[in-house]
Amino acid sequence: MDTATVIENLKNYDGPELKLMEVCGTHTASIFKSGIRSMISPAIKLISGPGCPVCVTPAAYIDKCAGYAMKKDHILLTFGDMMKVPGTEGSLSDLKGRGASAELMYSPFEAVERAAAHPETMFVVAAVGFETTAPAYALAIEDAKERGIKNLKFVTALKTVVPALSLICENQPDIDGFICPGHVSVIIGIKPYERLAVKYKKPFVIAGFEAEHILAVIYDIVRQIKKGEARAKNLYGNAVREQGNIKALHIIKKHFEEGPAMWRGLGIIDGSGLYLKNEGSFDGGSRGLDADIKLPGECRCKDVIVGRINPDECPMFAKGCRPDAPWGPCMVSGEGACGIWYRNRKA
Amino acid sequence: MKITMAHGGGGKDSADLMKNIFGKHFGNEILDKMEDAALVDPSLFCNTRNEEMGKIACSTDSFVVTPLEFPGGDIGKLCVCGTLNDLLMMGAQPLYITCGFIMEEGLETDLLERIVLSMAETAREAGIKIIAGDTKVIEGSGGLYINTTGIGHVPSGRNISAANCKKGDKIMLSGTLGEHHACILSARMEIENGIRSDCGFLSDVANALLDAGINVRTMRDVTRGGLATVLNEIAESSCCEMVIREKDIPLSAEVKGLTDILGLDPMYMANEGKMIAVIPEEEAEKALAAVKKTSHGKEAVIIGEVSESLPGNAAVDTVARVTIITPLGGTRVLDMLYGEGLPRIC
Amino acid sequence: MCIAIPGKVISLEGNKAKVDFSGNTVTVNTGLVDPKPGQYVLVHAGCAIEVMEKEKAEELLDIFADLEEIR
Repeated sequence: MDTATVIENLKNYDGPELKLMEVCGTHTASIFKSGIRSMISPAIKLISGPGCPVCVTPAAYIDKCAGYAMKKDHILLTFGDMMKVPGTEGSLSDLKGRGASAELMYSPFEAVERAAAHPETMFVVAAVGFETTAPAYALAIEDAKERGIKNLKFVTALKTVVPALSLICENQPDIDGFICPGHVSVIIGIKPYERLAVKYKKPFVIAGFEAEHILAVIYDIVRQIKKGEARAKNLYGNAVREQGNIKALHIIKKHFEEGPAMWRGLGIIDGSGLYLKNEGSFDGGSRGLDADIKLPGECRCKDVIVGRINPDECPMFAKGCRPDAPWGPCMVSGEGACGIWYRNRKA
Repeated sequence: MKITMAHGGGGKDSADLMKNIFGKHFGNEILDKMEDAALVDPSLFCNTRNEEMGKIACSTDSFVVTPLEFPGGDIGKLCVCGTLNDLLMMGAQPLYITCGFIMEEGLETDLLERIVLSMAETAREAGIKIIAGDTKVIEGSGGLYINTTGIGHVPSGRNISAANCKKGDKIMLSGTLGEHHACILSARMEIENGIRSDCGFLSDVANALLDAGINVRTMRDVTRGGLATVLNEIAESSCCEMVIREKDIPLSAEVKGLTDILGLDPMYMANEGKMIAVIPEEEAEKALAAVKKTSHGKEAVIIGEVSESLPGNAAVDTVARVTIITPLGGTRVLDMLYGEGLPRIC
Repeated sequence: MCIAIPGKVISLEGNKAKVDFSGNTVTVNTGLVDPKPGQYVLVHAGCAIEVMEKEKAEELLDIFADLEEIR
C-alpha cells in the first residue's frame, strides 16, 4: 500500500463515527501542521488527549519555579514551551518582566555545564517531562554528583503516560482507539499497551512523528475496528523495541519512584508521577500535592481534553481563554484542541 | 500588564501593543495606514500642490540583536539594511538615514568601530548617506542598541500598499526562509552549522519588479514574526484571504535541520533579506523572471495567491485569513505568531 | 509529547557523541545507547534515546508495505 491509497481510504471512510485519541503533544502538533484532519473523513474524529507534560503542569509547580527564579543569585533553566504556562501570578515569561531570572535550555546536560562554569550562581532546572525525558535528567544528575557540582537543583514534575491512559479508558469508554506516543514508547516499549488493549478491548498503535507515520496508524486503527480486532501494535519499529530501552528503564528505576501527580485540568492521577528517591540537595517534586490553578468555574477543560465536548462549547472559549492568555492545557498548547479551534474560527 | 519579550516578537502581542497604546494616542491619517514606511506629501512645503513631486517615505527601526556580530553580518549592516528595506517596500528610492547609538558601558571601541565601518560600507554600497546621529551611554555590560531612521523618495504615480491586494493576485517569495533567525539562534545555543544570516539590501529585487513595469500591489520584507505574520498583516490590510502551498516554500536543509532540533516552525522565523511581493496574476510570470535574475531573488518562487476579496467590514471579525496547503494535500489555517516563538521540547 | 529527531553519529568520545542533523552538529549524551559512527540515533533533549534501524525514507516505505487491506 502507499500513502495515497491510505489517504483515499481514510477520506472515503463511511462507517460509524470513530473517536481516536492521541496522547502526545508532538503528535498533536504534527496532526495540526500537516492538516491531517482535513485529509480524512469527518466521521473519524481525532481528539487531542493530555499528551504534553508542559501543558498539564499545575500552577503550583510554575509558582515554585517562579519562586526560585525570583531568588537572588538563582537562574531558572527551562525548555521554551514552559515559559508561557500560567501560574497563579502569571507565566514565567510574564514574571521575567518583574525581575525573575528564567533562561532557556536545550538539554539538562547544558545545565550541568553552566553550573560547572558559574559556581557563584545557583542553577535551578525546571525538570518537566514524561518517560522520554526522565532518563536524561537522571543522567545529568549522576554527572553532576560525580563532578561534585553543588550549585544545581532539579525541581521535578515528571509524569508517566500509562496511568493517564488507564484513567481515560475508565472514564471515557467512547474513545475507539489510541494513537500511542512514539518517543515515550521508545523508553517503555509495547508491553504496557498490550495490557491496556486486552483490558479495554481497544486498538493501541504506536506511531512515529511524520504525517505519514500518523496516517498509517490511523489507517491501522480503523482497519482493526472494522475487523473487530483490539491489538497493541508497533508501527514505529525503526525506533521502538518491544522491551523499550532497558538502560533507560533501569536508570529511571534507580533514581525515581512512582507516586500520585497533579495534572492541570484533570486532577490527581494515582501512580502517574515520578519522584526522586534521594533528593539530596535537589527538589524532587511534591508528591502529587501540587495545587492546580483554580480554573474559572466555567472552564470545561476537563471535558474538552477527553473529547466530551468541542472547544467552542466551553463558555470561556475565545472570551476569557485565548492563546495569549490561556487557562487550561488545551489552550496552553497552541496545537491543543482549543488552540486549533481558535485559529480556525470564523466569527 | 507588564511588557514581556512577546511584545517584541512581532506577532499578536506586538500588534496589540501598537493598537492599544501607541495607535490610540499617536493615531493620525499617515500612521494609521500601518505600512512599512510612512508617506508624506512634499508639496506641503511649497505653496502649490504638485503631484509630480511624488512622496517622501520615512521609516524608523531599532536593532537589539545579540550577538552583535554573526555569520553573514553584524548589527551595523543589519541596522542599515533593515531600515532601507522598509523604504524599498513602499516603492521608495532610499536616500538618507540617521542613526542613534545606545551603548552600554564596557563596550569595546574596537568592536564599535568594526560595526560603524560595516554601517559605512553598507551605506556606500546602497548609495545612501548617513546624515545625522546621536550617542548615549547607559549602565550595563558592553551591549549596543542602534536606532536608524530612513528617508526616501517615492516617484509620482507609484502606489504600493499592503491594502492593495485583490482576488487572483499571485504571492511571490524572494527566497529561502529563516536564515537570520536560525543563524542568531545557533550562535546563542552553540549549535555548529554553516548557516549565515541573509541580512541584505533588497534593492535589486524591488527595482527588478519596478523596472520591469510590473504593477506591484504590495511588497513586504519578511522580518520578525516570519512569513506567517507578514501574510496575515497584508490579508488584514487588504481585507482578503490567501492560500499558499507549503511544498513551494524554499527552505535550506540546514535551516530545516535546526528547526527540527529546536521544534520551531520556519513560517514564524525572521529573515533580514527576504521579501514577498503580491503581483497581478497576468504579470506574475514576467515578474518572477525579472526577480530570478537578481542576486537576492535567485530562488524566488510563487507560493500562492489571493483567494478571496472580502467585503470591507469583514476583516475585523474574521480570523482565518491565510490557509496553507500541506505537502500531503491537507489544509490548515496559518495564523500570526502568538507569543515569542521559543524552542520547545513537547 | 517529546520532540526527538534522528541524527547521524559523526564521532564518539566517552559517553558523548557528535551528531549531525542536516548540517547542524550537536553534542549528545549517549548514556542510554551504544551507537557506532555512521548510525542514526534518535535524540531528545540532548540525549540519544535509541539507535535507529533504518533511514527515514526506507522506514516509511516498509510501514506502508506492511499495512493490511481493510477488507
